[in-house]
Amino acid sequence: MNSNDSGSILAGLGRRAGAEAGRQERAGGPAIEVSHLAKDFGGRAAVKDVSFSVARGEVFGFLGPNGAGKTTTVRMLGTLVAPTSGAATVAGIPLAPENGTQIRRRIAIVPEAPGLYLRLSVAENLECFAGLYEAPDPADRIDRALRAVSLADRADDTCGALSKGLRQRVALARALLCDPEVLFLDEPTSGLDPVAAHDVHELIATLSQSGVTIFLTTHRLDEAERLCDRVAILNTTLRTIGRPDELRDRLFARTLTVRTARQLAQPDRAFAGLPAVDSWHSGRPGTYVLAVTDPAAAVPAVTRALVAAGADVLSISESRHSLEDVYLELISQEEEASRR
Amino acid sequence: MSMSTRRVRAIFRKELREYRRNRQIVISMAILPLLFLIQPLIDILVLPASAASPVSREDPLLYLLAIPALVPAYVAAHSVVGERQQGTLEPVLSTPISREEFLLGKALAVLVPSLIVSYGVYAFFLAAVALFAQPGIASALLQGPGILAQLLFTPLLAGWSIWVGIAISSRARDIRVAQQLGMLASLPSVAVTSLIAFNVIPVSLGLAIGSAVVLLVLNRLGWRVTAATLDRERLVTGTR
Repeated sequence: MNSNDSGSILAGLGRRAGAEAGRQERAGGPAIEVSHLAKDFGGRAAVKDVSFSVARGEVFGFLGPNGAGKTTTVRMLGTLVAPTSGAATVAGIPLAPENGTQIRRRIAIVPEAPGLYLRLSVAENLECFAGLYEAPDPADRIDRALRAVSLADRADDTCGALSKGLRQRVALARALLCDPEVLFLDEPTSGLDPVAAHDVHELIATLSQSGVTIFLTTHRLDEAERLCDRVAILNTTLRTIGRPDELRDRLFARTLTVRTARQLAQPDRAFAGLPAVDSWHSGRPGTYVLAVTDPAAAVPAVTRALVAAGADVLSISESRHSLEDVYLELISQEEEASRR
Repeated sequence: MSMSTRRVRAIFRKELREYRRNRQIVISMAILPLLFLIQPLIDILVLPASAASPVSREDPLLYLLAIPALVPAYVAAHSVVGERQQGTLEPVLSTPISREEFLLGKALAVLVPSLIVSYGVYAFFLAAVALFAQPGIASALLQGPGILAQLLFTPLLAGWSIWVGIAISSRARDIRVAQQLGMLASLPSVAVTSLIAFNVIPVSLGLAIGSAVVLLVLNRLGWRVTAATLDRERLVTGTR
Protein backbone atom coordinates (compact mmCIF):
# COMPACT_ATOMS: atom_id res chain seq x y z
CA MET A 1 0.00 0.00 0.00
CA ASN A 2 1.28 3.41 -0.87
CA SER A 3 1.50 5.36 2.35
CA ASN A 4 1.66 8.75 0.60
CA ASP A 5 -1.36 7.85 -1.37
CA SER A 6 -3.24 6.50 1.62
CA GLY A 7 -2.28 9.55 3.68
CA SER A 8 -3.99 11.93 1.30
CA ILE A 9 -7.02 9.64 1.04
CA LEU A 10 -7.37 9.39 4.80
CA ALA A 11 -7.17 13.15 4.97
CA GLY A 12 -10.15 13.20 2.67
CA LEU A 13 -11.91 10.42 4.56
CA GLY A 14 -11.23 11.59 8.08
CA ARG A 15 -11.96 14.50 10.29
CA ARG A 16 -8.59 14.28 11.94
CA ALA A 17 -5.92 14.35 9.25
CA GLY A 18 -2.23 14.39 10.05
CA ALA A 19 0.02 13.44 12.89
CA GLU A 20 -0.50 16.79 14.62
CA ALA A 21 -4.20 16.16 14.89
CA GLY A 22 -3.39 12.72 16.30
CA ARG A 23 -1.18 14.21 18.99
CA GLN A 24 -3.86 16.75 19.87
CA GLU A 25 -6.41 13.96 20.22
CA ARG A 26 -4.10 12.12 22.60
CA ALA A 27 -4.26 15.10 24.91
CA GLY A 28 -8.08 14.71 25.24
CA GLY A 29 -10.07 12.16 27.29
CA PRO A 30 -9.59 8.44 26.73
CA ALA A 31 -11.02 6.80 23.61
CA ILE A 32 -11.84 3.68 25.62
CA GLU A 33 -12.23 3.38 29.37
CA VAL A 34 -12.99 -0.04 30.82
CA SER A 35 -13.77 -0.68 34.47
CA HIS A 36 -14.13 -4.17 35.97
CA LEU A 37 -15.69 -5.56 32.80
CA ALA A 38 -16.78 -9.20 32.93
CA LYS A 39 -18.62 -11.63 30.70
CA ASP A 40 -19.93 -15.08 31.54
CA PHE A 41 -21.26 -17.56 29.01
CA GLY A 42 -23.47 -20.07 30.78
CA GLY A 43 -21.58 -19.77 34.05
CA ARG A 44 -18.14 -19.94 32.40
CA ALA A 45 -16.14 -16.73 32.73
CA ALA A 46 -14.86 -15.56 29.34
CA VAL A 47 -13.60 -12.23 30.67
CA LYS A 48 -13.19 -11.40 34.36
CA ASP A 49 -12.65 -8.05 36.07
CA VAL A 50 -10.83 -6.31 33.22
CA SER A 51 -9.96 -2.63 33.60
CA PHE A 52 -7.85 -0.46 31.31
CA SER A 53 -7.91 2.78 29.41
CA VAL A 54 -6.86 3.63 25.86
CA ALA A 55 -5.89 7.19 24.92
CA ARG A 56 -7.22 8.81 21.77
CA GLY A 57 -4.93 8.15 18.82
CA GLU A 58 -3.16 5.32 20.63
CA VAL A 59 -2.43 1.93 19.07
CA PHE A 60 -3.33 -0.50 21.83
CA GLY A 61 -2.35 -4.15 21.55
CA PHE A 62 -4.49 -6.84 23.16
CA LEU A 63 -2.58 -10.10 23.45
CA GLY A 64 -3.44 -13.47 24.88
CA PRO A 65 -3.68 -17.17 24.09
CA ASN A 66 -6.67 -18.71 22.30
CA GLY A 67 -9.81 -18.46 24.43
CA ALA A 68 -8.34 -15.66 26.55
CA GLY A 69 -11.36 -13.43 25.95
CA LYS A 70 -9.86 -11.00 23.41
CA THR A 71 -12.66 -11.31 20.85
CA THR A 72 -15.31 -11.25 23.60
CA THR A 73 -13.83 -7.98 24.88
CA VAL A 74 -13.89 -6.48 21.38
CA ARG A 75 -17.49 -7.61 20.93
CA MET A 76 -18.50 -6.11 24.28
CA LEU A 77 -16.88 -2.78 23.42
CA GLY A 78 -18.45 -2.97 19.96
CA THR A 79 -21.93 -3.39 21.55
CA LEU A 80 -22.40 -6.82 19.99
CA VAL A 81 -22.28 -8.66 23.30
CA ALA A 82 -23.68 -7.35 26.60
CA PRO A 83 -21.26 -7.43 29.55
CA THR A 84 -22.33 -9.45 32.59
CA SER A 85 -20.96 -6.73 34.86
CA GLY A 86 -18.66 -3.72 34.79
CA ALA A 87 -18.72 -0.46 32.90
CA ALA A 88 -17.02 1.10 29.91
CA THR A 89 -17.04 4.14 27.68
CA VAL A 90 -16.25 3.85 23.99
CA ALA A 91 -15.49 6.96 21.94
CA GLY A 92 -16.63 8.94 24.95
CA ILE A 93 -20.06 7.26 25.13
CA PRO A 94 -21.07 5.01 28.05
CA LEU A 95 -21.51 1.39 27.06
CA ALA A 96 -25.26 0.80 27.53
CA PRO A 97 -27.96 -0.83 25.39
CA GLU A 98 -29.61 2.52 24.65
CA ASN A 99 -26.29 3.93 23.35
CA GLY A 100 -25.56 1.04 21.00
CA THR A 101 -26.40 2.85 17.77
CA GLN A 102 -24.47 5.97 18.82
CA ILE A 103 -21.36 3.93 19.66
CA ARG A 104 -21.57 1.89 16.47
CA ARG A 105 -21.67 5.13 14.45
CA ARG A 106 -18.22 6.07 15.83
CA ILE A 107 -16.41 2.76 15.64
CA ALA A 108 -15.57 0.07 13.11
CA ILE A 109 -14.78 -3.57 13.74
CA VAL A 110 -12.74 -5.73 11.41
CA PRO A 111 -13.30 -9.31 12.57
CA GLU A 112 -10.73 -12.05 12.06
CA ALA A 113 -12.65 -13.43 9.07
CA PRO A 114 -13.24 -10.54 6.64
CA GLY A 115 -16.97 -11.37 6.36
CA LEU A 116 -17.50 -10.23 2.79
CA TYR A 117 -20.41 -11.06 0.51
CA LEU A 118 -18.52 -13.36 -1.81
CA ARG A 119 -21.07 -13.22 -4.64
CA LEU A 120 -20.92 -9.43 -4.76
CA SER A 121 -18.18 -7.27 -6.20
CA VAL A 122 -15.80 -5.26 -4.02
CA ALA A 123 -17.67 -2.04 -4.87
CA GLU A 124 -21.07 -3.63 -4.17
CA ASN A 125 -19.85 -4.79 -0.75
CA LEU A 126 -18.66 -1.30 0.10
CA GLU A 127 -21.81 0.27 -1.35
CA CYS A 128 -23.90 -1.76 1.08
CA PHE A 129 -21.84 -0.63 4.07
CA ALA A 130 -21.71 3.01 2.91
CA GLY A 131 -25.52 2.82 3.03
CA LEU A 132 -25.52 1.22 6.48
CA TYR A 133 -23.25 4.00 7.80
CA GLU A 134 -25.27 6.59 5.85
CA ALA A 135 -21.97 7.90 4.49
CA PRO A 136 -22.26 11.17 2.56
CA ASP A 137 -21.21 11.03 -1.12
CA PRO A 138 -20.82 7.25 -1.04
CA ALA A 139 -19.28 6.84 -4.51
CA ASP A 140 -16.44 9.21 -3.69
CA ARG A 141 -15.95 7.68 -0.25
CA ILE A 142 -15.80 4.15 -1.67
CA ASP A 143 -13.28 5.28 -4.26
CA ARG A 144 -11.10 6.89 -1.57
CA ALA A 145 -11.34 3.88 0.73
CA LEU A 146 -10.33 1.57 -2.11
CA ARG A 147 -7.39 3.80 -2.99
CA ALA A 148 -6.34 3.82 0.68
CA VAL A 149 -5.90 0.05 0.51
CA SER A 150 -4.59 0.07 -3.08
CA LEU A 151 -7.59 -1.75 -4.50
CA ALA A 152 -9.03 0.92 -6.78
CA ASP A 153 -8.42 -1.26 -9.84
CA ARG A 154 -10.22 -4.27 -8.29
CA ALA A 155 -13.53 -2.53 -7.54
CA ASP A 156 -15.49 -4.64 -10.02
CA ASP A 157 -13.92 -7.98 -9.05
CA THR A 158 -16.15 -10.47 -7.27
CA CYS A 159 -14.99 -10.86 -3.66
CA GLY A 160 -15.10 -14.64 -3.98
CA ALA A 161 -12.34 -14.42 -6.59
CA LEU A 162 -9.94 -12.46 -4.34
CA SER A 163 -7.06 -13.91 -2.33
CA LYS A 164 -7.24 -13.91 1.47
CA GLY A 165 -4.91 -10.92 1.67
CA LEU A 166 -7.01 -8.90 -0.77
CA ARG A 167 -10.20 -9.81 1.10
CA GLN A 168 -8.61 -8.50 4.30
CA ARG A 169 -7.84 -5.25 2.50
CA VAL A 170 -11.46 -4.97 1.38
CA ALA A 171 -12.52 -5.46 5.01
CA LEU A 172 -10.17 -2.64 6.02
CA ALA A 173 -11.57 -0.40 3.27
CA ARG A 174 -15.06 -1.20 4.60
CA ALA A 175 -13.96 -0.10 8.09
CA LEU A 176 -12.68 3.22 6.72
CA LEU A 177 -16.05 4.12 5.18
CA CYS A 178 -17.47 5.36 8.48
CA ASP A 179 -14.42 7.45 9.38
CA PRO A 180 -14.12 5.65 12.75
CA GLU A 181 -12.87 7.27 15.91
CA VAL A 182 -11.97 3.84 17.23
CA LEU A 183 -11.01 0.96 14.97
CA PHE A 184 -11.08 -2.57 16.39
CA LEU A 185 -8.88 -4.97 14.47
CA ASP A 186 -9.28 -8.61 15.48
CA GLU A 187 -6.24 -10.57 14.27
CA PRO A 188 -5.97 -8.48 11.08
CA THR A 189 -2.94 -10.33 9.71
CA SER A 190 -3.99 -13.84 10.65
CA GLY A 191 -3.15 -16.16 7.77
CA LEU A 192 -1.66 -13.43 5.59
CA ASP A 193 1.66 -13.82 3.80
CA PRO A 194 4.49 -11.47 4.94
CA VAL A 195 3.93 -8.99 2.09
CA ALA A 196 0.19 -8.72 2.73
CA ALA A 197 0.83 -8.46 6.50
CA HIS A 198 3.35 -5.69 5.86
CA ASP A 199 0.74 -3.79 3.83
CA VAL A 200 -1.74 -4.07 6.70
CA HIS A 201 0.94 -2.84 9.15
CA GLU A 202 1.58 0.19 6.94
CA LEU A 203 -2.10 1.02 6.84
CA ILE A 204 -2.38 0.71 10.64
CA ALA A 205 0.58 3.05 11.06
CA THR A 206 -0.96 5.57 8.64
CA LEU A 207 -4.32 5.40 10.40
CA SER A 208 -2.64 5.92 13.75
CA GLN A 209 -0.84 9.00 12.41
CA SER A 210 -4.16 10.41 11.28
CA GLY A 211 -5.48 10.21 14.86
CA VAL A 212 -7.61 7.04 14.73
CA THR A 213 -7.49 5.02 17.96
CA ILE A 214 -6.62 1.44 17.11
CA PHE A 215 -7.46 -1.53 19.31
CA LEU A 216 -5.48 -4.42 17.93
CA THR A 217 -5.91 -8.00 19.08
CA THR A 218 -3.17 -10.22 17.82
CA HIS A 219 -1.21 -13.40 18.35
CA ARG A 220 1.76 -11.95 16.54
CA LEU A 221 4.01 -10.50 19.19
CA ASP A 222 6.41 -8.96 16.68
CA GLU A 223 3.44 -7.14 15.20
CA ALA A 224 2.35 -5.84 18.61
CA GLU A 225 5.89 -4.77 19.46
CA ARG A 226 6.28 -2.94 16.19
CA LEU A 227 2.90 -1.22 16.03
CA CYS A 228 1.56 -0.74 19.53
CA ASP A 229 2.15 2.15 21.90
CA ARG A 230 1.02 -0.07 24.77
CA VAL A 231 -0.01 -3.68 25.10
CA ALA A 232 -2.19 -5.61 27.52
CA ILE A 233 -1.86 -9.34 28.08
CA LEU A 234 -5.14 -11.04 28.82
CA ASN A 235 -5.93 -14.55 29.94
CA THR A 236 -9.54 -14.20 31.10
CA THR A 237 -8.22 -11.61 33.58
CA LEU A 238 -5.81 -8.85 32.65
CA ARG A 239 -2.28 -10.08 33.44
CA THR A 240 -0.30 -6.98 32.67
CA ILE A 241 -0.44 -3.72 30.77
CA GLY A 242 2.17 -1.21 29.69
CA ARG A 243 4.62 -0.19 26.99
CA PRO A 244 6.54 -3.18 25.60
CA ASP A 245 9.84 -1.89 27.09
CA GLU A 246 8.17 -1.29 30.46
CA LEU A 247 6.93 -4.86 30.53
CA ARG A 248 10.40 -6.15 29.70
CA ASP A 249 11.93 -4.12 32.52
CA ARG A 250 9.23 -5.24 34.91
CA LEU A 251 9.77 -8.94 34.25
CA PHE A 252 13.42 -9.30 33.39
CA ALA A 253 16.66 -8.01 34.93
CA ARG A 254 18.63 -5.95 32.41
CA THR A 255 21.85 -7.70 31.46
CA LEU A 256 25.08 -7.02 29.61
CA THR A 257 26.82 -9.84 27.78
CA VAL A 258 30.62 -9.46 27.68
CA ARG A 259 32.74 -11.52 25.33
CA THR A 260 36.52 -11.62 25.66
CA ALA A 261 39.15 -13.37 23.51
CA ARG A 262 40.39 -15.41 26.50
CA GLN A 263 38.91 -16.25 29.86
CA LEU A 264 39.63 -13.67 32.54
CA ALA A 265 42.05 -14.86 35.17
CA GLN A 266 40.16 -13.18 38.03
CA PRO A 267 36.72 -12.12 36.86
CA ASP A 268 35.60 -11.47 40.47
CA ARG A 269 38.18 -8.76 40.81
CA ALA A 270 37.32 -7.26 37.42
CA PHE A 271 33.56 -6.96 38.02
CA ALA A 272 33.38 -6.42 41.78
CA GLY A 273 32.28 -2.99 42.93
CA LEU A 274 31.55 -1.62 39.47
CA PRO A 275 28.78 1.01 39.39
CA ALA A 276 25.36 -0.23 38.26
CA VAL A 277 26.52 -3.89 38.19
CA ASP A 278 24.54 -6.05 40.62
CA SER A 279 25.97 -9.51 39.92
CA TRP A 280 27.59 -11.59 37.25
CA HIS A 281 27.88 -15.18 36.10
CA SER A 282 29.97 -16.93 33.50
CA GLY A 283 28.45 -18.53 30.45
CA ARG A 284 30.59 -20.20 27.80
CA PRO A 285 34.39 -19.72 28.21
CA GLY A 286 35.15 -16.04 27.69
CA THR A 287 31.50 -15.01 28.02
CA TYR A 288 30.16 -13.18 31.09
CA VAL A 289 26.59 -12.10 31.80
CA LEU A 290 26.27 -9.09 34.10
CA ALA A 291 23.01 -8.08 35.78
CA VAL A 292 22.93 -4.27 35.66
CA THR A 293 20.58 -1.57 36.86
CA ASP A 294 21.57 1.02 34.24
CA PRO A 295 23.34 -0.21 31.10
CA ALA A 296 24.40 3.34 30.09
CA ALA A 297 26.32 3.75 33.35
CA ALA A 298 27.59 0.19 33.48
CA VAL A 299 29.10 -0.15 29.98
CA PRO A 300 31.91 2.47 30.35
CA ALA A 301 32.81 1.17 33.80
CA VAL A 302 32.89 -2.45 32.61
CA THR A 303 34.99 -1.48 29.58
CA ARG A 304 37.54 0.33 31.76
CA ALA A 305 37.66 -2.59 34.21
CA LEU A 306 38.25 -5.13 31.43
CA VAL A 307 41.03 -3.03 29.86
CA ALA A 308 42.61 -2.62 33.30
CA ALA A 309 42.45 -6.41 33.73
CA GLY A 310 44.30 -6.85 30.42
CA ALA A 311 41.39 -8.51 28.66
CA ASP A 312 40.96 -8.46 24.87
CA VAL A 313 37.32 -7.33 24.61
CA LEU A 314 35.42 -8.76 21.64
CA SER A 315 32.00 -7.28 22.43
CA ILE A 316 29.80 -5.80 25.14
CA SER A 317 26.11 -5.93 24.32
CA GLU A 318 22.87 -5.36 26.16
CA SER A 319 20.56 -8.37 26.05
CA ARG A 320 17.10 -7.36 24.87
CA HIS A 321 14.14 -9.46 25.80
CA SER A 322 11.43 -9.46 23.21
CA LEU A 323 7.73 -9.05 23.86
CA GLU A 324 7.53 -12.75 23.11
CA ASP A 325 9.80 -13.42 26.11
CA VAL A 326 7.49 -11.28 28.26
CA TYR A 327 4.44 -13.12 26.98
CA LEU A 328 5.96 -16.58 27.46
CA GLU A 329 7.24 -15.67 30.93
CA LEU A 330 3.78 -14.50 32.00
CA ILE A 331 2.05 -17.53 30.57
CA SER A 332 4.57 -19.93 32.16
CA GLN A 333 4.19 -18.15 35.52
CA GLU A 334 0.47 -18.67 35.19
CA GLU A 335 0.83 -22.35 34.31
CA GLU A 336 3.11 -22.86 37.30
CA ALA A 337 0.65 -21.10 39.58
CA SER A 338 -2.22 -23.25 38.31
CA ARG A 339 -0.20 -26.44 38.91
CA ARG A 340 0.45 -25.44 42.55
CA MET B 1 -37.55 5.07 17.15
CA SER B 2 -36.98 6.55 13.71
CA MET B 3 -36.05 4.20 10.94
CA SER B 4 -33.41 4.98 8.32
CA THR B 5 -34.77 4.25 4.84
CA ARG B 6 -31.21 4.39 3.55
CA ARG B 7 -30.10 1.52 5.77
CA VAL B 8 -33.22 -0.49 4.91
CA ARG B 9 -32.50 0.14 1.21
CA ALA B 10 -28.85 -0.90 1.64
CA ILE B 11 -29.90 -4.29 3.06
CA PHE B 12 -32.70 -4.66 0.48
CA ARG B 13 -30.41 -4.01 -2.51
CA LYS B 14 -27.66 -6.22 -1.15
CA GLU B 15 -30.10 -9.08 -0.55
CA LEU B 16 -31.59 -8.83 -4.05
CA ARG B 17 -28.10 -8.89 -5.58
CA GLU B 18 -27.19 -11.91 -3.50
CA TYR B 19 -30.41 -13.79 -4.36
CA ARG B 20 -29.95 -13.10 -8.05
CA ARG B 21 -26.49 -14.66 -7.96
CA ASN B 22 -27.41 -17.59 -5.73
CA ARG B 23 -28.25 -20.41 -8.11
CA GLN B 24 -29.97 -22.46 -5.41
CA ILE B 25 -32.43 -19.66 -4.64
CA VAL B 26 -33.06 -18.80 -8.30
CA ILE B 27 -33.79 -22.45 -9.12
CA SER B 28 -36.06 -22.83 -6.08
CA MET B 29 -37.98 -19.69 -6.99
CA ALA B 30 -38.49 -21.06 -10.49
CA ILE B 31 -39.23 -24.73 -9.73
CA LEU B 32 -41.63 -24.38 -6.79
CA PRO B 33 -44.17 -22.30 -8.76
CA LEU B 34 -43.86 -24.65 -11.74
CA LEU B 35 -44.93 -27.56 -9.54
CA PHE B 36 -48.10 -25.65 -8.71
CA LEU B 37 -48.67 -24.51 -12.28
CA ILE B 38 -48.24 -27.43 -14.67
CA GLN B 39 -50.52 -30.14 -13.24
CA PRO B 40 -53.56 -27.91 -12.48
CA LEU B 41 -53.16 -26.15 -15.82
CA ILE B 42 -53.18 -29.44 -17.72
CA ASP B 43 -56.20 -30.60 -15.69
CA ILE B 44 -58.14 -27.45 -16.53
CA LEU B 45 -57.18 -27.33 -20.19
CA VAL B 46 -58.42 -30.89 -20.79
CA LEU B 47 -61.74 -30.30 -19.02
CA PRO B 48 -64.75 -30.64 -21.35
CA ALA B 49 -67.27 -27.77 -21.61
CA SER B 50 -69.75 -29.89 -19.64
CA ALA B 51 -67.57 -29.56 -16.54
CA ALA B 52 -68.18 -25.80 -16.40
CA SER B 53 -71.01 -26.09 -13.89
CA PRO B 54 -69.11 -28.06 -11.16
CA VAL B 55 -66.02 -25.88 -11.72
CA SER B 56 -68.06 -22.71 -11.15
CA ARG B 57 -68.95 -23.99 -7.67
CA GLU B 58 -65.24 -24.25 -6.71
CA ASP B 59 -62.33 -21.82 -6.75
CA PRO B 60 -59.49 -24.03 -8.02
CA LEU B 61 -57.33 -21.00 -8.82
CA LEU B 62 -57.07 -20.23 -5.10
CA TYR B 63 -54.84 -23.31 -5.05
CA LEU B 64 -52.17 -21.00 -6.50
CA LEU B 65 -52.06 -19.16 -3.16
CA ALA B 66 -49.74 -21.98 -2.11
CA ILE B 67 -47.03 -20.17 -4.10
CA PRO B 68 -46.91 -17.03 -1.90
CA ALA B 69 -47.07 -19.31 1.13
CA LEU B 70 -44.17 -21.59 0.12
CA VAL B 71 -41.72 -19.53 -1.96
CA PRO B 72 -41.04 -16.77 0.61
CA ALA B 73 -40.77 -19.29 3.46
CA TYR B 74 -37.96 -21.05 1.60
CA VAL B 75 -36.09 -17.85 0.73
CA ALA B 76 -36.63 -16.11 4.10
CA ALA B 77 -35.31 -19.18 5.90
CA HIS B 78 -31.99 -18.53 4.15
CA SER B 79 -31.77 -14.87 5.09
CA VAL B 80 -30.19 -14.79 8.57
CA VAL B 81 -28.60 -18.21 8.95
CA GLY B 82 -27.10 -17.79 5.46
CA GLU B 83 -25.34 -14.62 6.60
CA ARG B 84 -24.20 -16.27 9.80
CA GLN B 85 -22.71 -19.21 7.92
CA GLN B 86 -20.74 -17.02 5.53
CA GLY B 87 -19.51 -14.83 8.44
CA THR B 88 -21.10 -11.61 7.19
CA LEU B 89 -23.49 -11.11 10.10
CA GLU B 90 -20.95 -9.67 12.54
CA PRO B 91 -19.76 -6.84 10.24
CA VAL B 92 -23.38 -5.90 9.45
CA LEU B 93 -24.48 -5.96 13.09
CA SER B 94 -21.50 -3.83 14.13
CA THR B 95 -22.86 -0.94 12.00
CA PRO B 96 -25.48 1.48 13.37
CA ILE B 97 -28.31 -0.58 11.82
CA SER B 98 -31.22 -1.31 14.19
CA ARG B 99 -32.82 -4.74 14.27
CA GLU B 100 -36.05 -3.29 12.82
CA GLU B 101 -34.14 -1.84 9.85
CA PHE B 102 -32.26 -5.09 9.39
CA LEU B 103 -35.47 -7.12 9.48
CA LEU B 104 -37.41 -4.80 7.20
CA GLY B 105 -34.65 -4.78 4.58
CA LYS B 106 -34.51 -8.57 4.68
CA ALA B 107 -38.30 -8.99 4.58
CA LEU B 108 -38.77 -6.59 1.65
CA ALA B 109 -36.03 -8.35 -0.29
CA VAL B 110 -37.98 -11.60 0.03
CA LEU B 111 -41.40 -10.04 -0.48
CA VAL B 112 -40.68 -8.27 -3.78
CA PRO B 113 -39.44 -11.30 -5.76
CA SER B 114 -42.09 -13.51 -4.13
CA LEU B 115 -44.86 -11.15 -5.29
CA ILE B 116 -43.37 -10.95 -8.77
CA VAL B 117 -43.24 -14.75 -9.01
CA SER B 118 -46.72 -15.27 -7.51
CA TYR B 119 -48.48 -12.63 -9.58
CA GLY B 120 -46.49 -13.64 -12.66
CA VAL B 121 -47.51 -17.28 -12.35
CA TYR B 122 -51.12 -16.27 -11.70
CA ALA B 123 -51.18 -13.95 -14.71
CA PHE B 124 -49.73 -16.71 -16.87
CA PHE B 125 -52.33 -19.15 -15.54
CA LEU B 126 -55.19 -16.74 -16.27
CA ALA B 127 -53.88 -16.03 -19.76
CA ALA B 128 -53.51 -19.75 -20.52
CA VAL B 129 -57.06 -20.46 -19.29
CA ALA B 130 -58.51 -17.53 -21.25
CA LEU B 131 -56.74 -18.56 -24.43
CA PHE B 132 -56.80 -22.35 -24.38
CA ALA B 133 -59.53 -23.63 -22.02
CA GLN B 134 -63.07 -24.36 -23.16
CA PRO B 135 -64.96 -21.01 -23.19
CA GLY B 136 -67.42 -22.28 -20.57
CA ILE B 137 -64.60 -23.42 -18.28
CA ALA B 138 -62.75 -20.13 -18.79
CA SER B 139 -65.78 -18.01 -17.92
CA ALA B 140 -66.42 -20.21 -14.84
CA LEU B 141 -62.87 -19.67 -13.61
CA LEU B 142 -62.19 -16.07 -14.56
CA GLN B 143 -64.42 -14.35 -12.05
CA GLY B 144 -63.84 -11.00 -10.37
CA PRO B 145 -64.09 -12.08 -6.71
CA GLY B 146 -61.65 -14.98 -7.24
CA ILE B 147 -59.12 -12.69 -8.92
CA LEU B 148 -59.56 -10.06 -6.20
CA ALA B 149 -59.04 -12.67 -3.47
CA GLN B 150 -55.84 -13.80 -5.20
CA LEU B 151 -54.52 -10.23 -5.43
CA LEU B 152 -55.40 -9.49 -1.80
CA PHE B 153 -54.26 -12.69 -0.12
CA THR B 154 -50.96 -13.09 -2.01
CA PRO B 155 -49.07 -10.33 -0.06
CA LEU B 156 -50.78 -11.28 3.21
CA LEU B 157 -49.77 -14.94 2.96
CA ALA B 158 -46.29 -14.02 1.71
CA GLY B 159 -45.81 -11.61 4.64
CA TRP B 160 -46.76 -14.24 7.21
CA SER B 161 -44.46 -16.82 5.60
CA ILE B 162 -41.62 -14.31 5.59
CA TRP B 163 -41.86 -13.54 9.31
CA VAL B 164 -42.03 -17.23 10.16
CA GLY B 165 -39.11 -17.95 7.81
CA ILE B 166 -36.94 -15.17 9.26
CA ALA B 167 -37.79 -16.17 12.83
CA ILE B 168 -36.71 -19.74 12.06
CA SER B 169 -33.62 -18.50 10.24
CA SER B 170 -32.48 -16.36 13.16
CA ARG B 171 -32.68 -19.37 15.47
CA ALA B 172 -31.30 -22.06 13.16
CA ARG B 173 -27.67 -23.09 12.86
CA ASP B 174 -27.90 -24.65 9.41
CA ILE B 175 -29.41 -23.33 6.17
CA ARG B 176 -30.99 -26.64 5.10
CA VAL B 177 -32.61 -27.20 8.48
CA ALA B 178 -33.98 -23.64 8.39
CA GLN B 179 -35.37 -24.13 4.88
CA GLN B 180 -37.01 -27.43 5.75
CA LEU B 181 -38.55 -25.96 8.90
CA GLY B 182 -39.66 -22.90 6.93
CA MET B 183 -41.44 -25.09 4.38
CA LEU B 184 -42.98 -27.15 7.16
CA ALA B 185 -44.23 -24.03 8.92
CA SER B 186 -45.93 -22.82 5.73
CA LEU B 187 -47.84 -26.08 5.24
CA PRO B 188 -50.84 -25.01 7.39
CA SER B 189 -51.35 -21.99 5.08
CA VAL B 190 -51.11 -24.29 2.04
CA ALA B 191 -53.59 -26.72 3.62
CA VAL B 192 -56.15 -23.99 4.34
CA THR B 193 -55.93 -22.45 0.85
CA SER B 194 -56.24 -25.93 -0.71
CA LEU B 195 -59.31 -26.76 1.39
CA ILE B 196 -60.90 -23.48 0.29
CA ALA B 197 -59.88 -24.01 -3.35
CA PHE B 198 -61.56 -27.41 -3.43
CA ASN B 199 -64.65 -26.18 -1.60
CA VAL B 200 -64.07 -28.27 1.54
CA ILE B 201 -64.28 -24.95 3.36
CA PRO B 202 -67.01 -23.06 1.50
CA VAL B 203 -66.04 -19.61 0.27
CA SER B 204 -68.00 -16.67 1.62
CA LEU B 205 -67.50 -12.95 2.05
CA GLY B 206 -67.34 -13.41 5.81
CA LEU B 207 -64.63 -16.04 5.46
CA ALA B 208 -62.63 -13.76 3.15
CA ILE B 209 -62.86 -10.77 5.51
CA GLY B 210 -62.15 -12.92 8.57
CA SER B 211 -59.12 -14.56 6.91
CA ALA B 212 -57.77 -11.17 5.81
CA VAL B 213 -58.08 -9.77 9.34
CA VAL B 214 -56.42 -12.85 10.86
CA LEU B 215 -53.56 -12.60 8.37
CA LEU B 216 -53.12 -8.89 9.04
CA VAL B 217 -52.93 -9.54 12.77
CA LEU B 218 -50.52 -12.43 12.22
CA ASN B 219 -48.31 -10.22 10.05
CA ARG B 220 -48.21 -7.49 12.67
CA LEU B 221 -47.52 -10.05 15.38
CA GLY B 222 -44.88 -11.77 13.25
CA TRP B 223 -43.02 -8.48 12.75
CA ARG B 224 -43.17 -7.63 16.46
CA VAL B 225 -42.14 -11.07 17.70
CA THR B 226 -39.36 -11.53 15.14
CA ALA B 227 -37.95 -8.05 15.91
CA ALA B 228 -38.10 -8.69 19.65
CA THR B 229 -36.33 -12.03 19.40
CA LEU B 230 -33.59 -10.84 17.04
CA ASP B 231 -30.73 -10.56 19.50
CA ARG B 232 -27.30 -9.34 18.40
CA GLU B 233 -25.46 -11.39 21.01
CA ARG B 234 -27.18 -14.65 20.11
CA LEU B 235 -26.70 -14.03 16.40
CA VAL B 236 -22.98 -13.31 16.79
CA THR B 237 -22.01 -15.83 19.47
CA GLY B 238 -24.68 -18.49 19.01
CA THR B 239 -25.39 -18.40 22.77
CA ARG B 240 -28.32 -17.05 24.87
